[in-house]
Amino acid sequence: MNPTAIAYLAAGFGSAAVTFSAAFGISKLASAAISGIARQPEAAGDIRGAMIITAAMIEGVALLSVVICLLLGFK
Amino acid sequence: MITQIVEHASEHGEAVQQAAEHAAEHGESGVGFIMHHIMAHPVIKLPTVYGIDLSVTNHVLWMWIVSALLILGFYVAFRKPKLVPHGLANALESLVVFIRDDVIMPNLGHEARAYAPYLLTAFFFIMLCNLAGLVPYGATATGNIGVTATLALFTFFVVQIAGVRKHGFLGYLSTFSPPGIPFLLKFIMIPVEVISMITKHFALAIRLFANMIAGHITILALLSVIFLFKNWLVSPFPLAIILFSAILEVLISLIQAYVFTILSAVFISASVAEGH
Repeated sequence: MNPTAIAYLAAGFGSAAVTFSAAFGISKLASAAISGIARQPEAAGDIRGAMIITAAMIEGVALLSVVICLLLGFK
Repeated sequence: MITQIVEHASEHGEAVQQAAEHAAEHGESGVGFIMHHIMAHPVIKLPTVYGIDLSVTNHVLWMWIVSALLILGFYVAFRKPKLVPHGLANALESLVVFIRDDVIMPNLGHEARAYAPYLLTAFFFIMLCNLAGLVPYGATATGNIGVTATLALFTFFVVQIAGVRKHGFLGYLSTFSPPGIPFLLKFIMIPVEVISMITKHFALAIRLFANMIAGHITILALLSVIFLFKNWLVSPFPLAIILFSAILEVLISLIQAYVFTILSAVFISASVAEGH
């Protein structure tokens, strides 16, 4: 099988897996944060700060994989 | 059966590759068009010294422009500081106060004074670099892995220096081995702590780079849809989505500068934290 074809295939499947897992992580985080804010509206600022840091961590891992997929797709 | 499928797929792959090469030759490939826009290309040609190309690329040029704008903007705004600022000084002061009170102070507390200058400089530089990619003829310097890696290295060194300043050299080294754990566990814990110290900053560089590059690739890929259809009648639909992406990009530019600053502050505060 042609290496280029395998690379395109890997990039496609990889980006699908990345989207799936990042969406899962972010959605769990957001649901927990929103219910936290709904229960304790006075803690909204603290919860938002913690949420952004955690979201950035999830996003960092996801974007690392995106970079790998881009390298596979463009080379 | 499987070999037939594999052979068919391989032929198909070759056909795709040939089509891509054909398109690239005629300048119709979206990939070539995108790569040209997001990669650094030299603006001023300079000679190569010891294998290092010293040419001034568009990213370097835009970093200079951003630095000049920052120095000039802050100089003009705070040349004659007033108690109640207005205009540019007001806008800059509100941003500085937001970063100082909402990002630096909660994380660093009474150590904030020492690290606020670095974190604020990083914030404003990254924010303007991110936004520079959205103006015509602009280039996003933070969409270059070299730039973001340098910024992350700055944070890395600031974190190390902060730890050494707080605990002393040996004291800082001893924070890599948390007290109160069994002796054998130290053989696992110390490498994990050292690796996490490196990965955190590596992720910092990748996050900013990938966010900036991903936004530009999205916009350019949508733009190349017009060229793929070769018909100007389709152009309103990509343009509507591009407008949305561009506005999202403004938001992401600000959020990523904020995230870089807050994560740097968190890493510094973890480094200067007192042991339990």
